[in-house]
Amino acid sequence: MRREPPRSAADYAPIVFPGVMLLVFFVIPFSIMFAVSFFRRNPAGFYSPDFVFDNYARFLTPFFGTVLGFSLLLAILVAIICVAVSVPFTVLLARASRRAQTLWLVALLSVLSLSEVIIGFSWSTLLSRTAGITNLFVAIGLMEEPRALLPGFGAVLTGMVYQALPYTILILYPAIVRLDPTLMEAARTLGASPVRAFFNVVVPAMRNTIVATLIMVFVFALGSYLLPQILGRPRHWTLSVLITDQAILQSNMPFAAAMAVFLVLISLALVGLTVMAGGRRDAS
Amino acid sequence: MTGRILQHLFLGLVGLFLAMPLIVVAGVSVNEKKSLTFPPDGFSLAWYGELFTDPGWRGALVASVLLAAFAAALAVIIALPLAYFLWRRIAPWANIFRLLGVAPFILPPVITALGFLSFWATAGVYGQPVTAVISHAIFFVTLPLVTISLGFTTIDRALVEAAATMGADDRTIVRTIILPLIVPYIISGYAFAFVLSLNEYIIAYMTVGFTVETLPIKVFNALRYGYTPTMASASVVFVLVAALVFGLIARFGDIRRLLGAMRSDG
Repeated sequence: MRREPPRSAADYAPIVFPGVMLLVFFVIPFSIMFAVSFFRRNPAGFYSPDFVFDNYARFLTPFFGTVLGFSLLLAILVAIICVAVSVPFTVLLARASRRAQTLWLVALLSVLSLSEVIIGFSWSTLLSRTAGITNLFVAIGLMEEPRALLPGFGAVLTGMVYQALPYTILILYPAIVRLDPTLMEAARTLGASPVRAFFNVVVPAMRNTIVATLIMVFVFALGSYLLPQILGRPRHWTLSVLITDQAILQSNMPFAAAMAVFLVLISLALVGLTVMAGGRRDAS
Repeated sequence: MTGRILQHLFLGLVGLFLAMPLIVVAGVSVNEKKSLTFPPDGFSLAWYGELFTDPGWRGALVASVLLAAFAAALAVIIALPLAYFLWRRIAPWANIFRLLGVAPFILPPVITALGFLSFWATAGVYGQPVTAVISHAIFFVTLPLVTISLGFTTIDRALVEAAATMGADDRTIVRTIILPLIVPYIISGYAFAFVLSLNEYIIAYMTVGFTVETLPIKVFNALRYGYTPTMASASVVFVLVAALVFGLIARFGDIRRLLGAMRSDG
């Protein structure tokens, strides 16, 4: 069947239901949230309609600046670690047998689909004093006695890398599988060591993919809302945690909405950059 | 030779990192007493039993499964006609809907959750179970949309052309050619959305957190107000369900192709 433009009303029929659903339940909620960000907080209910910039003005406080700076730095760190591990991992994965690849992919998808609640709980157990990994260190004589490795920055970072690693690998996978294997072979034939071939051939050939992946993982890590709460102290809270906290516990929807709008803008700007990086790759 | 060993060592380390917390949780879940120790103190499967006998945990389990089943179904019902329209018609404006379908998944989930919270509160139905179903369906519509769109790209248009030449109308073509070819992709899309909805916390919490307790919400509350090994057994069940579903997709479909490796001969 040739693709043809829709002509009669019946031709439009399939898109009516999805279109209405997405407009009503995605576009309208976002518009309401945007509107709420200019509303005034009403202690009695959720909020009362108004048009004030107070919620955005609160961004200028040092407290908010610290949280924002910490969120961005944490997300950058997570993205760099994940990409640094995932690129060589995925290159090796793409060369494994079909069966091994399938097994790995099933395992990665299973970990990726895990709730943040469960990841947080698992790591809080693994890093705890009673059930934690330090018991193992004691058993093999590396440590005197078991101790808790949380809450702390290291625990938050580890948990978030755990959460983002399968995501990073699965984003890189299609690009790396399609990478021409003869590139690597040529480098090897010409006498390069595998490590040298990797850094001088694979990494430059994938520069745009790597940049795009860094940004995608960065946005993904920005969205982590529970791990900083479960594994860290209040000073390790990120923007996403703060939004949840303001919306639910402090019942300050307008301020939460203003922060969410801000987070959308950062994310959209970065996703836009990714698309542009992807476009350049297609053009070249 | 040493290179090969190093490569396996690297893969093994990443595997260990991914498996470690799950191993500890599995160990904790078989503790005999009500304590979270590892290695486990004794061996008992009582905490798995509790998941199905304790009214609170069983209720959460049922709520989660129902939510995931309905939300994934609705997500497929939204994604299927949209993917069909995008494949069948030349309509550049319709790509905005493809974008809308993918956007909730790319943006930080807190934002989508907050959007739904303001929407349902404004609409005056805040806390109704159906709001969580619709919210999850919209949030996860990306998955069936991507898999089903991929399914459509695998259909040879000449096949459809032939059927049309021989007098089949659109309805007959959809029923006899298109649907049979994309059913595996529909099932995969449903399965992906189901598993992720089962695990989803923030949107469920912000829409029905005060009226319905889903399993992730229950685990989080237990994390705050008193640990019990049942949390660990619940987590293990989650991992097993995900592994089973994705394992089935891999067994009956081509998971590598679904994840974007087009050269299925590799």
